[in-house]
Amino acid sequence: MSDIDYSSFPNAAGHFGPYGGRFVSETLVHALDELESIYFSLKDDPSFQAEFDKDMAHYVGRPSPLYLAERWTRELGGAQIYLKREDLNHTGAHKVNNTIGQALLAKFTGKTRVIAETGAGQHGVATATVAARLGLKCRVYMGLDDIKRQTLNVYRMKLLGAEVFPVTSGSRTLKDAMNEAMRDWATNVDDTFYIIGTAAGPHPYPQLVRDFQSIIGREARRQCLAQAGKLPDALIACVGGGSNAIGLFHPFLTDESVKMYGVEAGGLGIETGKHAAPLSKGIPGVLHGNRTYLMEDENGQIIETHSVSAGLDYPGVGPEHSWLKDIGRVNYVAINDDEALAAFRKLTLTEGIMPALESSHAVAYAEKLAPTMSKDQVIIVNLSGRGDKDIHTVAALDGITV
Amino acid sequence: MSRIQQRVAEAKAAGKKLLVAYIVNGDPQPEVTLPTMHEMVAKGVDVIELGVPFSDPMAEGPVIQKGHERALVHHTSLKGTLELVKQFRQTNDKTPIVLMGYANPVERFGYQAFATAAADVGVDGLLTVDLPPEEVVILKDALDAVGLDNIFLLAPTTTVARAQKIAEHASGFLYYVSLKGVTGAGHLDVEDVKSKLAAFGQLTDLPVCVGFGIKDPTTAKAVAQLADGVVVGSVLVEKMGSLEGQPAAAIATAVGEIIGGMRAAIDSL
Repeated sequence: MSDIDYSSFPNAAGHFGPYGGRFVSETLVHALDELESIYFSLKDDPSFQAEFDKDMAHYVGRPSPLYLAERWTRELGGAQIYLKREDLNHTGAHKVNNTIGQALLAKFTGKTRVIAETGAGQHGVATATVAARLGLKCRVYMGLDDIKRQTLNVYRMKLLGAEVFPVTSGSRTLKDAMNEAMRDWATNVDDTFYIIGTAAGPHPYPQLVRDFQSIIGREARRQCLAQAGKLPDALIACVGGGSNAIGLFHPFLTDESVKMYGVEAGGLGIETGKHAAPLSKGIPGVLHGNRTYLMEDENGQIIETHSVSAGLDYPGVGPEHSWLKDIGRVNYVAINDDEALAAFRKLTLTEGIMPALESSHAVAYAEKLAPTMSKDQVIIVNLSGRGDKDIHTVAALDGITV
Repeated sequence: MSRIQQRVAEAKAAGKKLLVAYIVNGDPQPEVTLPTMHEMVAKGVDVIELGVPFSDPMAEGPVIQKGHERALVHHTSLKGTLELVKQFRQTNDKTPIVLMGYANPVERFGYQAFATAAADVGVDGLLTVDLPPEEVVILKDALDAVGLDNIFLLAPTTTVARAQKIAEHASGFLYYVSLKGVTGAGHLDVEDVKSKLAAFGQLTDLPVCVGFGIKDPTTAKAVAQLADGVVVGSVLVEKMGSLEGQPAAAIATAVGEIIGGMRAAIDSL
């Protein structure tokens, strides 16, 4: 494992081993070629990097803190748990790291319109935010079912000047929103930049989203060395498409002592079939422009997923995660809806921090892992977003309308 | 000589353009597809493109998406589509059939197993929308081994250099997407198609058929003037969807009427 040069993945064709690539209609190839060429010419360009860094510092509010959750750690009685506070970013989640990066690419390419897909609405809000700031037209595709369960974020996007376009095809959730955004892009490729929200999709998206999100792991590594005096022993992050997880994991991949846990949505339980855990219970296939683990039936049709958290409710996963699973570098596990909800309440009561339901999956896994480790060991949990957006969902389960 | 080559040669000898028709297997209900295929042949279709329904047809516009959704309600599968071709071949051994769909059902079937099974039942070619030349290798090798044609798309945004590469991978015919976007979109710009086809036509001996946005006989005729053939799809799928629940014979007849109109228009050149 130590021989792997992780920075050399993906290869020039966008492949991570057998995963990734560019499985798209010819109608999108030119747009992807253009994106690839602009990204590779800008990613190491000092003026582009300087602008990205400046926005991260002064607009997003980075670095985000690495917070030692002392009371929670004491209660669990094992490893020390640090929270990487992506919930404190402007717009309330890690998503903005990527939307700022991609919006800068849009600006450098002179596109006047941006589009995005969204599930929970966090990526939609983050896209609408950067579009407002740069004066770009913005349309966000969102499944009709998600629009109903995320009214707060829908209204937020509208306030930010974005058009929220309801998607009524297929299962009316994130995957269908992504199909629709791809169709829009193929049609309006001349003036439109597609800001994909997760480290999936056709090459070069998985790579560029990872690169923008890797600021999470670079900061966490530095902060952990400074605060804990050592590297962490374990990293935990939730995985839907997997952008917050790859952002945290990637800068640690060569640190062999650091164990990594990607937490998928177990929904009502892996054994019930009602979940969103392709790495735990899927098989490799082709969807949304890349080869990766998918949830599908015996005929290769993509099946509907279930999770209490809209942001994890996706039948695929970023291709780099599929590869990291196969080579055994990252362990992928699942946390069920009820465990995530319990963790949401627990962290809120114990630390006064209300995690997003997505992040609550990582929190729940930390509650299982920490007691099995010793007190001198260190875990970093990626608190990828804040839970305000989920209050309606949690209240409804309590029988309360807010 | 493959069935596609045979048909291309016949059309050329007769001074006619190719009429390629796309319908979705199992849409709007399973018993409709077979009689509709025969009726389309009777009304002058040269090549049948049989859509294999997929849960996430990313390159399709709303009309064909709905066709896929209707077909999937009846659990239409790739395996079932091969069965259908087998039935069709019992009475028609001449009309070429191209399966058009997405990679995942084929990947799940297994590329090698699929190629063998498809050749066995009498499929002639495959157009896998999301397998561009860069990703097609496994499938192409499997198809080549059994002599099936690999049909590729060319888009308005495809550069000449890229078109050259695509043409090297392609066999049977090339499918030029006449406008930016998805199937069934807006109205195509005939002048735009003309200039692109002029450039692409020099790269290959393969016939180039044009599709996306051909909604009526007038457009079909205008495009047929420029290309080796025209592909109609959304207009058929829309009609079939509007007749959901009707007897299969009635739906087949309605589709045949549209085909008849298109055939007459392109033959009037």
